[in-house]
Amino acid sequence: MSKKYDAGVKEYRDTYWTPEYVPLDTDLLACFKCTGQEGVPREEVAAAVAAESSTGTWSTVWSELLTDLEFYKGRCYRIEDVPGDKESFYAFIAYPLDLFEEGSITNVLTSLVGNVFGFKALRHLRLEDIRFPMAFIKTCGGPPNGIVVERDRLNKYGRPLLGCTIKPKLGLSGKNYGRVVYECLRGGLDLTKDDENINSQPFQRWRERFEFVAEAVKLAQQETGEVKGHYLNCTATTPEEMYERAEFAKELDMPIIMHDYITGGFTANTGLANWCRKNGMLLHIHRAMHAVIDRHPKHGIHFRVLAKCLRLSGGDQLHTGTVVGKLEGDRQTTLGYIDNLRESFVPEDRTRGNFFDQDWGSMPGVFAVASGGIHVWHMPALLAIFGDDSCLQFGGGTHGHPWGSAAGAAANRVALEACVKARNAGREIEKESRDILMEAAKHSPELAIALETWKEIKFEFDTVDKLDVQQ
Amino acid sequence: MPFQSTVGDYQTVATLETFGFLPPMTQDEIYDQIAYIIAQGWSPVIEHVHPTGSMQTYWSYWKLPFFGEKDLNVVVSELEACHRAYPDHHVRMVGYDAYTQSQGTAFVVFEGR
Repeated sequence: MSKKYDAGVKEYRDTYWTPEYVPLDTDLLACFKCTGQEGVPREEVAAAVAAESSTGTWSTVWSELLTDLEFYKGRCYRIEDVPGDKESFYAFIAYPLDLFEEGSITNVLTSLVGNVFGFKALRHLRLEDIRFPMAFIKTCGGPPNGIVVERDRLNKYGRPLLGCTIKPKLGLSGKNYGRVVYECLRGGLDLTKDDENINSQPFQRWRERFEFVAEAVKLAQQETGEVKGHYLNCTATTPEEMYERAEFAKELDMPIIMHDYITGGFTANTGLANWCRKNGMLLHIHRAMHAVIDRHPKHGIHFRVLAKCLRLSGGDQLHTGTVVGKLEGDRQTTLGYIDNLRESFVPEDRTRGNFFDQDWGSMPGVFAVASGGIHVWHMPALLAIFGDDSCLQFGGGTHGHPWGSAAGAAANRVALEACVKARNAGREIEKESRDILMEAAKHSPELAIALETWKEIKFEFDTVDKLDVQQ
Repeated sequence: MPFQSTVGDYQTVATLETFGFLPPMTQDEIYDQIAYIIAQGWSPVIEHVHPTGSMQTYWSYWKLPFFGEKDLNVVVSELEACHRAYPDHHVRMVGYDAYTQSQGTAFVVFEGR
């Protein structure tokens, strides 16, 4: 039915607040935590968010009548209280699938977290969760390999992967850097990692690093009889340079490369993930800049959204925090988003911060990487929290060992295997952590010294961003 | 006075992946690990290879995977039979997970020479 053009400013809620709407299976659903300016009704705020993140603008425009807005508009279909918080509320918004380009996380985020975040009627806005419909998921490449393939390529079964970041993170020459990689890998780590800050600086150009690291990886593999790898960081100034580095890693016969997906951007990340799929290369993903976006409880994007976006854009491993180490993250919330990295179906569960059922279909899983301020004493808790499909990375906890990185690596490997063995034998590893580690140290002087070195180190600060539950 | 350092010398060891850094398991400990495989609903699989081939993706199966086997003693006696038949081979226990089409776990029980 044709409508008449009626110029002027209408209230958003007249068009975009539709509490009677039943979302379709193909809709992309989002939950925003909204904090409006004083005096603006909730429905108007929520409708404004729906409008500004989809088809609307501040004024009615004649050209709307050239299309069927009812088909294309986003709709706020539900408003909920935030437990324990009177000034904010949750707005649930449904977006029709056709608003987004197939397989483009960039496009989804440009709409959902674009202009709307600067909107004046809002004091704060936070994207808490997205339910991606299967129809969209099937257009995304996802992890280039996934957990199962990564295990098969690296020949690691029945336990978490063990890694560490090379330190100091800046200032080593290529040859010195390769030495540290070699020490870690010969000591029993599976994988080492370029620090995210390492790209191609004057003190160590990327090609220099790649060549020495490749030699270190191959030598350690030959001497230990185990499969080894090092995440060669391909994050670069331009996509062209990124691909050049990836190609060289492949030429050197390296199993895994790395990308920093938020600073590098989703378009670059999806491109590199596609390259990895095509070239049989594993892809480790770092998340620098995430805390700028996800740490404030009322503004920004929750990490569970960034984690879901990464699984769709593509990566085989993603950093998730450690719960127990030096970086922010509470246990339930972390479990909520690592489920979304690894499982094929994750049910709505507000106690884990998941606002929607999320069906991942056949999309491969992503290893959860725990890294940052962890040491051997944390091992039992890390295994209990993260399970086998994780990669535990001890930087300071490897290189800081009094005998050096190789001994530090061995200490971590012994501790990890002792915990896995104890868990499999039915012991409660978190409760019995001390006994398990002390028993294992009897056979490993490296572990005994590590336990002594780090016995007093704890990071017990309360998390800034907590789950919204009535305290 | 002779120089005495508190720093130890870490010597590289050749290991065989999971549990390679632990001392050899006792019989009871091996039982526990097999019980875990069975409790997970995985199929016990026994594989063996001459040490020169330890880095190959495929080791030889001992017979076939023991699909549906729930009896610890059967698995242990098969492990021992494999070891007797190939005393110089590595023998490993695998828990095969048909749902993920992956190995839930894998560890070497007897090291060959």
